[in-house]
Amino acid sequence: MSPHDVRHHLAELSPQLDARISDHFEDVVIEVGSANLLQTASELLELGFDRLGMVTAVDTGDDFEMVYRVTSRSLSCSAFVKTRVGRIEPRVASLCPVWPAANWQEREVWDLFGIHFTGHPDMRRILLPEEWPGWPLRKDYDDPNVIRRPDYI
Amino acid sequence: MPLEVESRRTALSEDGRPIEELVLNVGPSHPSTHGVGRFVVHLDGDVIVKVDPMIGYLHRGIEKMAENRTYLQIVPLTDRLDYVGSMYANWAYCRTVERLAGIRVPERAEYLRVIVCELQRMASHMMGIGAAAADTGAFSMFIYAFDLRERIVELFEDLCGARLTYNYVRPGGVSYDAPDGWFDKVSAFIGTVDATLAEMDSLFFGNVITRGRLKGIGVLSAQDAVACGASGPVARGSGVNWDLRKHDPYSVYPRMEFDVVVGDKGDAYDRGRVKLFECYESAKIVDQCIAQMPGGHFKAEGLPRLIAPPAGDAYDHIESARGSLGVYLVSDGSPRPYRMKVRSPAFCNLSLAGMLAAGHTLPDLVVVLGSLDPVFGEIDR
Repeated sequence: MSPHDVRHHLAELSPQLDARISDHFEDVVIEVGSANLLQTASELLELGFDRLGMVTAVDTGDDFEMVYRVTSRSLSCSAFVKTRVGRIEPRVASLCPVWPAANWQEREVWDLFGIHFTGHPDMRRILLPEEWPGWPLRKDYDDPNVIRRPDYI
Repeated sequence: MPLEVESRRTALSEDGRPIEELVLNVGPSHPSTHGVGRFVVHLDGDVIVKVDPMIGYLHRGIEKMAENRTYLQIVPLTDRLDYVGSMYANWAYCRTVERLAGIRVPERAEYLRVIVCELQRMASHMMGIGAAAADTGAFSMFIYAFDLRERIVELFEDLCGARLTYNYVRPGGVSYDAPDGWFDKVSAFIGTVDATLAEMDSLFFGNVITRGRLKGIGVLSAQDAVACGASGPVARGSGVNWDLRKHDPYSVYPRMEFDVVVGDKGDAYDRGRVKLFECYESAKIVDQCIAQMPGGHFKAEGLPRLIAPPAGDAYDHIESARGSLGVYLVSDGSPRPYRMKVRSPAFCNLSLAGMLAAGHTLPDLVVVLGSLDPVFGEIDR
């Protein structure tokens, strides 16, 4: 299967998954609703996308965008999977059952953005201490360690 | 190696036998983890039941800091990521900026980048093998490895003035052209490498004690390596033939002739030996680069002082000494990135530590960690 066929196959699947397919440099971008994320991931694994390279989140201001980058070694093709997560009690399905590589990277997103991954085997903070207040990579994060001048001066 | 008993509790083993589980804190000043990794080890007698790596002691929030700096000001931050292989983080970051802003890099700069990164791969692998060897008690190997590394660091010092945080690769090219006679020095050095590496191979990997300590320890199957996101020598030691220089070629690598080194057993011995043999391939690549070196500029002309890429996102990655190192940048059109994410290979490789060490004894944990070659600057960011 060539990268072109992958695109074709994904386009066939897209109405079923409610996905939007586009091109970005040489990668395919698949935008799905968070409800269809796990199914999209399973479909991609079936297609031969066996490596999960990167998991990250972007605070867009209104909500969070989860970004996954997956690669297929056999097809020499890479794809971005993007999904939007609401700001109030953000929650998205964990991809650990599909790609075990998601484990630590999802913990990192939980640590820095406060996005909860349902079905994750070990949802703990990873880079920061357990008792750290807040989620540092959110744009509205108020750093408690910054020493401010008291108001009365 | 400071060890501290945290607790003892009685538990039942899988076959119903009562065991006394001992929880040990290994580190944070463990030699192979450069002082900043702590491993909570659950032991049944001498056998490791579970290892829980505690990371974050070196977390400096580089991704958050990047949001408040201009694109050029971030380059020195990337030096501090993988501090034994700064050139890689420089290059991965600069490639993403170039992709995002549509900057074309002159050919001479690409060749210079390949030369420094292949030298860096040797220097970094020497650190990896040398430190792992010292952990297992083979101290003379450490001296041999650091001798070779020292000679490479001297070459870098000639080139850019720094010995550790080089800050050499910049968006659009490199910061300086090679000084007069530098290529001759590199050629002379490359001429001596093969003999040194052969000596190290027989000294360390041919040694009966090393074989006994390393063989069959921390076996990783090819399937697990791919599923768990391992890359670089850790994945290739398990026989996964995946090298971005070959399979997702970038820069001038398509013009180079070299082989991808793979192991077959996937144990600590294979991972170490893959690193050593990769140094031969790196030497070959440097030789070809010097022979093909074109003239021209070493930096793109007419670059603005303040790079402000159009709104959008980009991801690019390179094959670093530890595996695929990627940078993801989101731009909102301003001179500062909206979000930067570093996908570090050492982070993904270290997540395998628990899986690889389980079932072995405590001294084997040192071997497993050494073979994963963790660099905490990159893991914690």
